[in-house]
Amino acid sequence: MEILVCVKRVPDSAENEISVASGGADISREDLVYAVNEWDNYAVEEAIQIVEREGGSVTVVALGDSDTEEVVRREMAMGAEAGLMLVDDAFAGSDGLGVATILKAAAEKKSYDLILTGAQADDGAAQVGGMLAALLDRPYASLVNKVEVNGPTLRIGREIEGGSQELSDIDLPCVLSIQTGINEPRYVGLRGIRKVASVEIPVLDGAALGVDAAAVGQAAAKVRRVDYFVPAVGAGADMLTGSTKEVAAQLVDLLKAKGGLN
Amino acid sequence: MAANVFALIAHAAGKADDSALELLSAAKSLFPEAAPTALVLGSGPGLKAVAQEVAASFPEVWSFDQETLAYPNAELIRPLLVKVLPAGSIVILPHSTLGIDLGPGLSVKLGAAYLPDVVGFDGVEGTQLKVVRQEFAGQVSAHVQGDVSKGAVVTVRSGAFAPASPSAVGTVIDKSPEAAGLSARRRFVEVVQAEAGDVDITREEVLVAVGRGIGEQDNLSLVDDLAEAMGATVCCSRPIVDAKWLEKGRQVGTSGQTVKPKIYLALGISGAFQHLGGLKGSPFIVAVNKNPKAPIFQAAQVGVVADLVELLPELTEQIQKAR
Ligand SMILES: Cc1cc2nc3c(=O)[nH]c(=O)nc-3n(C[C@H](O)[C@H](O)[C@H](O)COP(=O)(O)OP(=O)(O)OC[C@H]3O[C@@H](n4cnc5c(N)ncnc54)[C@H](O)[C@@H]3O)c2cc1C
Ligand SMILES: Nc1ncnc2c1ncn2[C@@H]1O[C@H](COP(=O)(O)O)[C@@H](O)[C@H]1O
Repeated sequence: MEILVCVKRVPDSAENEISVASGGADISREDLVYAVNEWDNYAVEEAIQIVEREGGSVTVVALGDSDTEEVVRREMAMGAEAGLMLVDDAFAGSDGLGVATILKAAAEKKSYDLILTGAQADDGAAQVGGMLAALLDRPYASLVNKVEVNGPTLRIGREIEGGSQELSDIDLPCVLSIQTGINEPRYVGLRGIRKVASVEIPVLDGAALGVDAAAVGQAAAKVRRVDYFVPAVGAGADMLTGSTKEVAAQLVDLLKAKGGLN
Repeated sequence: MAANVFALIAHAAGKADDSALELLSAAKSLFPEAAPTALVLGSGPGLKAVAQEVAASFPEVWSFDQETLAYPNAELIRPLLVKVLPAGSIVILPHSTLGIDLGPGLSVKLGAAYLPDVVGFDGVEGTQLKVVRQEFAGQVSAHVQGDVSKGAVVTVRSGAFAPASPSAVGTVIDKSPEAAGLSARRRFVEVVQAEAGDVDITREEVLVAVGRGIGEQDNLSLVDDLAEAMGATVCCSRPIVDAKWLEKGRQVGTSGQTVKPKIYLALGISGAFQHLGGLKGSPFIVAVNKNPKAPIFQAAQVGVVADLVELLPELTEQIQKAR
């Protein structure tokens, strides 16, 4: 099984206080901690486990700038044989369809049986996998939390509301978006990273990929972010302040008053 | 801008989902003059009941009754919609596991703009539809505009639009023949229900919820100690279950349990909408988070900016002394 996994480098929202900068033109990028998108880490792990069972190889592909290399290497260190970076100034400002169009060109460089994406990334769009499948005219399933290979088809589970699992059979080749919790992504140590440090990662631009420059980037985007803002919401929470002892004392009084101590 | 507006109605067991009236209200807030059409797909008597129910609020209902549609398989629904929808349509879907499955590919096949997980509309200017979204797990909002001259597929976040009240007397149009002979390269097999856990958090009145902010598995004992001192039950956000630190039955959220406590202590939980989606009945929420910008502070009544590892032992000790 030849598997392509799409990974994105994102600000780690669990680690960062994200704030709006330059009058809404961007978020404040100084001191941001970046990491691989949480969902993509599960997708890479799943691909590696499939290859360990069925044979084949895993390629990790990322569209971004040159800083993306650290993320690609980290994911390769998990056990992906190859990496691929898609870098071109002309890609900047692409909408979901633009990103999917560029990834499609990369996917067509080789014949992959299976393409995995994460269920969603930092802007919560959950769109690129489904768009890529439609562009490639391949069957698609989102929010996948189980993959079992049965010859030319996969038995897959999709996570649906309430945590129930919807089982289906899907024909290969196909595209799946992977949900967290499907596996336990392996730990990557320094040794693992060192092992892949000298593996060459091809960097492809629009020309090398053969993508029509007019079909991607800001100019082609049907969907554009106008600005970031902090919504004027209701009162928000009453914030308790003071030393740890003082705050704890206030919480005890509050919990008592509200019936929170059984 | 005149537009054909369609809303896909999710339903189960002969009842329309709560999202149906939210989509109607979203459609009306988008295009006040439009007469939105409800799309109802399924099979048998249950479908008829849903079509009737929805006709009490939508002016027009297109009903597709086919055995193959008995279970909502996006891979079947997508080509059907591509076939029946007029060019340039605006299609509104719930941002549910079905909408997420169907929407992106549908927008590609329709040549339409895709606007996912919309929480508000900001008007239409020419061919530009302006919407409000959230990014970075709800830490910031964004205005986004889509060129809808070739139509749009919009998914709407649950709870973002107040349900419209039923008003219209709609007609149900049987479109079943259009859905004949559908097949897909993804075939539905069955639904495996989520397992019940050893505790039923849905019945508890006081919940202590722990999220990724607890940091390490060993720190969970701090949460257990607090819950024990309070006489409360421990539940959690999704990453705690993904890491296998607690069982799935304790997860609160759209892909976990729906709880209705009186008091909810959210510890190191950022407040993603999928988590808050599992909290019903307006509980008194107390949030502890080290990030003052965490969206949970918008949902909570009382907030504390603190490091859990410092605060929890002190809080537990004071509660023990107070009783
Ligand atoms: C289809 C789908 C379904 C989902 N269903 C669910 C669901 O049912 N339930 C659910 O919970 N999620 C669900 N999610 C995931 C959801 O989007 C979020 O990723 C998740 O809720 C985040 O959990 P969290 O708040 O614990 O972690 P994070 O978002 O990582 O937040 C951790 C918080 O802890 C704070 N923190 C860090 N260290 C400390 C410290 N020392 N002291 C105090 N605070 C600290 C941080 O500031 C941060 O705000 C779903 C996602 C998808 C795509
Ligand atoms: N720039 C990118 N490079 C590679 N993969 C991406 C990129 N953007 C999105 N993806 C993939 O698409 C998934 C869903 O992202 P999104 O649709 O942006 O929420 C991610 O988890 C990635 O697998």
